[in-house]
Amino acid sequence: MNENKTKGASVHARRAIAYIVLILLSFLCLIWFYILFINATRSHAELTKGFTPIPSTHLIDNWKNLLAGTLPVWNGMANSLLIAVLSAALCVYFSTMTAYAIHAYDFKFKKAIFTFILAIMMIPTQVTALGFLQLIGKMKLDDSFIPLIVPSIAAPVSFFYMKQYMESVLSLSLIEAARIDGAGEFRTFNSIVLPLMRPAISVQAIFTFVSSWNNYFIPALVLHTDKKKTLPVLIAQLRSADWLKFDMGQVYIMIAFSIFPVIVVYLLLSKNIVGGVTAGGVKE
Amino acid sequence: MEAKKHSKVVSYNKWGYIFLIPFFVVYLLFQFIPLVSTIWNSFFENYRSGLTQIGPNCVGRANYKTLFTNGDLLTYTKNTMIMWVIGFVPQIFFSLLLGAWFTDPSLRLKAQQFFKTVIYLPNLIMASAFSMLFFTLFADSGPVNSILVQAGILSEPFKFMANVTATRSLVGFMNFIMWFGNTTILLMAGMMGIDQSLFEAAEVDGATANQIFFRITLPLLRPILIYVLITSLIGGLQMFDVPQILTNGTGDPARSSMTLIMYLNRHLFSKNYGMGGALSVMLFIITGILSLIVFRFNSSSTKSKH
Repeated sequence: MNENKTKGASVHARRAIAYIVLILLSFLCLIWFYILFINATRSHAELTKGFTPIPSTHLIDNWKNLLAGTLPVWNGMANSLLIAVLSAALCVYFSTMTAYAIHAYDFKFKKAIFTFILAIMMIPTQVTALGFLQLIGKMKLDDSFIPLIVPSIAAPVSFFYMKQYMESVLSLSLIEAARIDGAGEFRTFNSIVLPLMRPAISVQAIFTFVSSWNNYFIPALVLHTDKKKTLPVLIAQLRSADWLKFDMGQVYIMIAFSIFPVIVVYLLLSKNIVGGVTAGGVKE
Repeated sequence: MEAKKHSKVVSYNKWGYIFLIPFFVVYLLFQFIPLVSTIWNSFFENYRSGLTQIGPNCVGRANYKTLFTNGDLLTYTKNTMIMWVIGFVPQIFFSLLLGAWFTDPSLRLKAQQFFKTVIYLPNLIMASAFSMLFFTLFADSGPVNSILVQAGILSEPFKFMANVTATRSLVGFMNFIMWFGNTTILLMAGMMGIDQSLFEAAEVDGATANQIFFRITLPLLRPILIYVLITSLIGGLQMFDVPQILTNGTGDPARSSMTLIMYLNRHLFSKNYGMGGALSVMLFIITGILSLIVFRFNSSSTKSKH
């Protein structure tokens, strides 16, 4: 009885500690975005006076000033969006196709090919960036979106995720049935396999979209014309400008403009995203 | 009849190759050929000195010799590793703690979904924008300094960007904030995969929460911990966006926050393809060895599933 009591008390104490730590960590995660939001609503003059936790009224002024400035923010947004949407679409379609090839067919070197794709999974794009830049220079694709979009067709991580998911949902007898009904292989893939894979496709589409949206290293080396630049490249440009002379209200609203769309999408889809994190890498 | 059926199966299976074509064409074109030409470039002298183009001349291993003897490689590797460790230690500590709490049935924490959503959020934020935000917040006249001065903690603004430890800590801290949610979720999956009866048996035997964590959870979690460690190390070697934006590509103060990829980026911008190539090959070899370990982990877990 007594022992139970102390045990109960220790659970209470541990729970209290857990909540305190969780709240502190949540605070550490969110405070930056709160300050960002507050500062985006304040004018340059107010910002130089110091920090207050209460929002001001200059959100729209800052926004108008940013649009009137030299940074092509709408272009940046449109470019980022176009590249990210197309990358995500190509990535999920062709990753599913590659996974289907390995899952549904039996052919020579199948195991070797699967092993090969797993082996190249972790190799970072940065180490081949030099050859990549030379190659797109020779292909006259410098300063174009194509080298930022098309390579997402070969995405080993998405492939691995699709392959894992396919093992749990796609039975070969279903494909057999489609064949007996006279459907061609390509049609079977498009009209039966793709719809079945929808949950996995949406998870991978979100992840590919976000990583393309946030990508800075390669776009900064490929894109040169101001109107073609994506948001991360514009942020870097803002950083290298003589920012002390800058209207800080504009700087904050530019950062907010790049961050908040992702936060909104994330909050809408957070259940899928958090659930999808584990399925990609580690399988118990 | 039999023969016909057989040939039909074969004709189906040729579609396996057809469906693999897009992946392999794109892989060969945009990753394999660039890899080969990067390695090829590393044996040539090829850069601009002022307005004159030097090379390309084959110089054998000279680029590698320069890379290893001029001392930059060592400095930048050290910087990268220091900033990775500053971020990784709190990251693994809090991830283990949170993972254990979230999966502990006796705690019955409420609002778990809310906390998971919040701690994962920074992972999706554009690293360059997040870094720019920190740069403005921690600037000499930024909000953090103004709060500290207003509260009377500091008498005058602290110059974060002029202090080696402060700059490195900021980079490490941002990496921690951006990645601990992801690691928590990975470790949780591992913890939930542990046989529940082990915990029940330990509890019946009167083990405390600490004993259960150190004697059962941690040893059984070892493979996933190794996976997390190696993938984080590979990610750490690629560290670029955060320090690049924070220091405007200079790696200041005194190049103490210059990472390996920032160094590579410099060579790529100045079109020094020889040195850039040698550096890329070095990074390729290191990440290649590390990914081999992850690969063995992945393939063994795929096998054990069947």
